[in-house]
Amino acid sequence: MNHATDTDPHDRDVGDRFERLHRFHGGLVLPGQHEMSTSLPIKDAGVPPVLVVPLLQHIGETAECLVKEGDHVHKGQIIAAPSGSVSAPVHAPSSGTVVAVAERPFPHPSGFSFPSVVIETDGRDEWSEHTYTLPDYRQLSRVRLLDHIRAAGIVGLGGAGFPTQVKLSKGPSNRVDLLVINGVECEPYISCDNMLLQERAREVLEGVGILQHILQPRDCVIAIEADMREAEAAMRQAVSTAGDTGIKIVSVPERYPSGGERQLIKVLTGSEVPSQGFPSDIGIICQNVGTAAAVYRAVVNNRPLVSRIVTVTGAGVKQPRNLEVLIGTPFRYAIEACGGYSDDVDRLLMGGPMMGFAVNTDEIPVIKATNCILAVTRKEMPPPATALPCIRCSKCTEVCPADLLPQQLYWYARSGNLDAAQDYSLFDCIECGCCAYVCPSHIPLVQYYRHAKTEIWDAEKQKKASDIARDRHQSRQMRLEQIKRERAERLARKKREVSGAGDARDAKKAAIQAALERVRKKKEREGLVQKNVNNLTPEQAEKIREVDTRRQHKRPPGEH
Amino acid sequence: MLTALLTLGALAALIGLVLGYAAIRFRVESDPVIDQIDKLLPQTQCGQCTYPGCRPYAEAIAAGAADINQCPPGGESTIQALADLLGRDPKPLNPEHGEHSEKTVVVIDEQVCIGCTLCIQACPVDAILGAPKQMHTVIESECTGCDLCIPPCPVECIEIVPVRQSIANWVWPLPGDELPGTDEHAQPQAAVR
Repeated sequence: MNHATDTDPHDRDVGDRFERLHRFHGGLVLPGQHEMSTSLPIKDAGVPPVLVVPLLQHIGETAECLVKEGDHVHKGQIIAAPSGSVSAPVHAPSSGTVVAVAERPFPHPSGFSFPSVVIETDGRDEWSEHTYTLPDYRQLSRVRLLDHIRAAGIVGLGGAGFPTQVKLSKGPSNRVDLLVINGVECEPYISCDNMLLQERAREVLEGVGILQHILQPRDCVIAIEADMREAEAAMRQAVSTAGDTGIKIVSVPERYPSGGERQLIKVLTGSEVPSQGFPSDIGIICQNVGTAAAVYRAVVNNRPLVSRIVTVTGAGVKQPRNLEVLIGTPFRYAIEACGGYSDDVDRLLMGGPMMGFAVNTDEIPVIKATNCILAVTRKEMPPPATALPCIRCSKCTEVCPADLLPQQLYWYARSGNLDAAQDYSLFDCIECGCCAYVCPSHIPLVQYYRHAKTEIWDAEKQKKASDIARDRHQSRQMRLEQIKRERAERLARKKREVSGAGDARDAKKAAIQAALERVRKKKEREGLVQKNVNNLTPEQAEKIREVDTRRQHKRPPGEH
Repeated sequence: MLTALLTLGALAALIGLVLGYAAIRFRVESDPVIDQIDKLLPQTQCGQCTYPGCRPYAEAIAAGAADINQCPPGGESTIQALADLLGRDPKPLNPEHGEHSEKTVVVIDEQVCIGCTLCIQACPVDAILGAPKQMHTVIESECTGCDLCIPPCPVECIEIVPVRQSIANWVWPLPGDELPGTDEHAQPQAAVR
């Protein structure tokens, strides 16, 4: 990147840029052990009688199961739909009958089970009918291709398994300066990318072409480790046959972990990916060679990701080699395809000896992130010696490729001072294992970091849960108060209504009273009309006159 | 002399006005310390601290009416966090309020539930779903494990269970206290043969 800024990109030959490679801090030159599994070609492991397909095979959210017990599925049929953005669908790796949707052993350091679709295969391996065929990818828009890649269930095949389309759609406004295709298989024993490049260089190249079409990067480089000579030769051959692809092949010196995304970017460009950031923050996208091949199969052959190449190796396996394995194939079946265990097998690991983890059963299935099944003997990987106290020799600091202070992280992780561990950039640790490898006290440093990381995540989850609980409690309180208030209001209204009705009764009473009064008055008035004055005898009239005069006299003056 | 006095006086008046305005303009409604304390509490709303919920307890701590060691669900880590926040010395959990235990949730035995809604009324976070004379059930992800629903249940159909360990909430053990099955140096031979 340094010298890329001062010249116009279009005038410059892609070759200049990677003439001088850079170095990342630390790292180790480890005995490769790759050749153990590279003498034999990739073999198709075939269809095992039972496939166990977990509903989560990568970082992100669990897919939503679409099938039920008894359903017949075809190879490539979608059996679980993605939920959320960082999620990938799951496809049936072969045809057969779903016999269970239940928890099954899962390749995870915890040894826990995980919801899986169990398929009893019928051996016919029939593909599902395609409803459409994709036209030439050069005619398709970026969005359409990304959708297709997502629908094919493609995740990064380098080991971490991040859904590919998420990585490809990072920062759509940002111009992609550099597309790095990672063929630097630096971890000892593993050789699946090596064999893929040797045998299927054209597929990888086509896949890279599709990625170039999607990202439109200024430069594109395929990085291959220096000791993978046959792979590099095959790739160079493919590139020269393809003509002008704008792809540059760079041989990266052997130094573990140069295949780590951040380390590789540092080696190629000299730039560092920001702490807690992504390569896309500095205009770089990194994809594994296996992912490129999977993209080719998805876009050109319209095949979802139902199988991958797995290195089955270690002195604990009779015939170490690379296998093309259906997702969901039990480890045991893959090992049997390589001649079975040797007599002195001691331990089984998923992944390589540096970053892999021990598993306690071979019933677990191969998932999209399984790049290596390693069966080791006690001789080649002796049980670690008892850990002794840290002597502050700082060898771990010298080899740390992330430029951290491993011994400080160790102290903080061990004492549970997680805030301090985070202050010392715990989350920039890539768990490469260099520090533990060189530690003269044999302290299992990485396990301390993994403990601290998971502990912090757990605390964050609990924090979130307690925030939700607080909200729910508050809204409940508010609701109860509102109900109380409404009840009080209703009561008050009723009371008012009742007392209001009393007034009405009074008014009625008054009206009746008034009417009675009127009647009485009227009666009185009518009573005053002297009906008995007609036809009076003269004596009677005389008597009345007398009475009236008397009355006149009796009344006080002014009354009339 | 007079100039100096006048200048200082004017300055004092001006600053006084600005401060007075700021006091009104940027007035804080609630005591921020209460919010800070409330944030550290586990929000179980169990009432074991003798206050009717986490916020009332936070208010009591802020007012000096309650001690910082009355929250069993929070345990040592909450006491430590409160001590750090308030600049006090941490002290062990007061056993009068209960003992710290791993987080649990409750489940309703749906065969036994008679649908009385008493537990729904007791739940402080609305984590129980149901209606009169209908079966009730606990929304496990929302349950805080406060156990307040247990006393009112007339048929004792609510059970306390530990939170289910899964890949999502699993924590790598520290070297030296490995769980069975997670032993880094597990010998697969038993499983292999």
